[in-house]
Amino acid sequence: MSTHQPSAARGGKIRAPLLFAVMAVLIGFEGMTSGWNGAIGILNMGLISAILALGVNMQWGYAGLFNSGVVGFIALGGLAPVLVSMPPTPGAFAAGGWQILIGLLIAVAAIVLAVWLNGRLAGKARVLAIVAVLVAGFFIYRAVFDPAVAAVQAINPSALGYLGGLGLPVLLAWPVGALLAAGAAWVIGKTALGLRSDYLAIATLGIGEIIVAVLKNEEWLARGVLNVNGIPRPWPVPYEIDLQGNAAFVERAAALGLDPVTASTLLVKLLYTGLFVAVLGLLLWAAQLALKSPWGRMMRAIRDNEISAAAMGKNVTRRHLQIFVLGSAVIGLAGAMMITLDGQMTPSSYNPLRYTFLIWVMVIVGGSGNNWGSVLGGLLIWYLWIKAEAWGPQMMDLVTANLSEGALKQHLVDSAAHMRLIVMGLVLLLVLRFSPRGLLPER
Amino acid sequence: MEFLNALVAILNYVVVPATAYGAQLALGALGVTLIYGILRFSNFAHGDTMAFGTGITIIVTWGLQALGIGLGPLPTALLALPFGIAITAALVLATDRVVYRYYRKVKTAPVILTMVSVGVMFVMNGVTRLLIGVDEIQFADGERFVVAARAFKAATGLNEPLAIRTTQVITVVVAGLVVWALFWFLARTRTGKSMRAFSDNEDLALLSGINPNRVVAVTWIIAAALATTAGTLYGLDKSFKAFNYFQLLLPIFAAAIVGGLGNPLGAIAGGFVIAFSEVGVTYAWKKVATYLIPNWEAEGLMQLLSTEYKFAVSFAILIIVLLFKPTGLFKGKSV
Repeated sequence: MSTHQPSAARGGKIRAPLLFAVMAVLIGFEGMTSGWNGAIGILNMGLISAILALGVNMQWGYAGLFNSGVVGFIALGGLAPVLVSMPPTPGAFAAGGWQILIGLLIAVAAIVLAVWLNGRLAGKARVLAIVAVLVAGFFIYRAVFDPAVAAVQAINPSALGYLGGLGLPVLLAWPVGALLAAGAAWVIGKTALGLRSDYLAIATLGIGEIIVAVLKNEEWLARGVLNVNGIPRPWPVPYEIDLQGNAAFVERAAALGLDPVTASTLLVKLLYTGLFVAVLGLLLWAAQLALKSPWGRMMRAIRDNEISAAAMGKNVTRRHLQIFVLGSAVIGLAGAMMITLDGQMTPSSYNPLRYTFLIWVMVIVGGSGNNWGSVLGGLLIWYLWIKAEAWGPQMMDLVTANLSEGALKQHLVDSAAHMRLIVMGLVLLLVLRFSPRGLLPER
Repeated sequence: MEFLNALVAILNYVVVPATAYGAQLALGALGVTLIYGILRFSNFAHGDTMAFGTGITIIVTWGLQALGIGLGPLPTALLALPFGIAITAALVLATDRVVYRYYRKVKTAPVILTMVSVGVMFVMNGVTRLLIGVDEIQFADGERFVVAARAFKAATGLNEPLAIRTTQVITVVVAGLVVWALFWFLARTRTGKSMRAFSDNEDLALLSGINPNRVVAVTWIIAAALATTAGTLYGLDKSFKAFNYFQLLLPIFAAAIVGGLGNPLGAIAGGFVIAFSEVGVTYAWKKVATYLIPNWEAEGLMQLLSTEYKFAVSFAILIIVLLFKPTGLFKGKSV
């Protein structure tokens, strides 16, 4: 983002391969010392983080747009596996599912009508008509929606109580997650883009909070805080228990000197790794092509000087909306992948510090504007985030080793887990200050 | 009688809580708007500054309570507040010296400063958690009620109770005093005038010999004082939980934008607009309606939105203002 260009980053061409090699060594070391199961677990979430960072990098790195509601787009993407791949709840649509959809359509229709009126009328009539449409729409919507929700939630509330999904393969949910996030991004971008730059930051902060609140409270949708468990696995990934029952697999594991339990968990994790690498590779390829194309040069021209780009006839607001929607779609895709990996939807786990601002740290540290940098940042920062959780208490033990037992020592040891927030904040501040172009600077 | 009952119910469940909450939001929004006006960026660390200041105030309160020092019927936290403000001011001044000053010197874009404030937010959030943990803390002591529900019912003979908590009265009184002092300072003192000049036109202010470092330092001290006061009042009124203060960021920003970013008067108005809409929309109006409309039993709670969606209210107001009046109700800055 900086306009002044310091001397080219040290290392030149071999810098990126070198840093990725360091990352591989870190993961390898983790595998050797604490077991491959944990190491591949970190790698898998690291790959998802890399895709998230890629999405945020499109918004921030290519276009300088500040999205502080990343958590909301991740959560919206995470809704897709539930809606697409869970089996439909028997009788839910008959009980009230259609009515819920009709209620939502009424709400949307009221808003669309209000927007249309806003363009057609003027003066006092405009205000009155819009208010009347919105108020009437709201009450009709509630009258249709509320009883339907109650009916759906009454179906076997301890196990179901929601609409369920379509029972389709979970891989389909990934693009659907991207579409959901893109839709939300279009609505929010349409209102907040083209105004002052901080307005987008604050509006997205709001939409992030609201999406998470909806997922937590709308039980008919995805059971809210009751969580949805047992989301089916994607196509090539088997269940551990089936593998362990498979004689051929057990034999092969024994030949490699592994017991069947370890071998099955490793295989499952590695298959996820393969899937994620494929998606990441595809996205990275597309993003690199886009960045090098005339379109990418235009985006960067707009970012570096909006006024001159506008003077060249570029529609800055339209382009911003476009990149904002694209970036959010990538974030939504990663959100759907994350829920697929976890196998469950737990809305209360969507914490903005972890899912918005940590992704920011990944982008900035990796090098904003550089796609490979985002991938590196995603892997590295996720690794540090996981490790800092263990390092904090270890360091605190060391620091307090000479302290006598007591309330202070206990307090310090207990709170050591919060150290990683401070570490992440410091990393962000130090990179912004001393190396604003990040580990892999934009070319 | 029915009408009086309805009135008291509205007072008790809407007007009193919303006034206290509005005063807290107004103080928070004033801090955001001042930093925006003078330092020209949206400070995402403001919520965590509030949490830090409140945390310090709570620790000092515990110390005073252990020493047996109190204010009688008033909460001890009021006595601890100046200490909280002093330490928070020292922290934000140090942050400015170490972090923000460099970016002012190289004149970076405001959006980079906002990003930097996210880093500061992380650190402050971690420090607050280290200091005081993540649990919910109640630290109000002294007299609980100014008007107690049962006494009010006995005195008036009405069905509906009216309870006014000491913390609510204190919130409004303290907020009033702080706002009065701030406006007096901005309007009458030399430093205050130089701050307004700096906010209106930085170049012109620098040309007329205003010392920018002084203006910035005073702004940070005032912002810290406002944040600590707002945070402590909010904590006294409800309870202290570090994460809740982060979530206050949205209503506070909404209040500042609704009023017009950079406009102190607007921030106060915005705080009350947000608070009254939030409480009004999430209140179950059934009781009031039953009193007002004779021989009619309402179906359901008559609650427009459940309380979990109170953030949606700030957000909706924010969007409406962005769409129709992007500079806010009172004319704010547009950069």
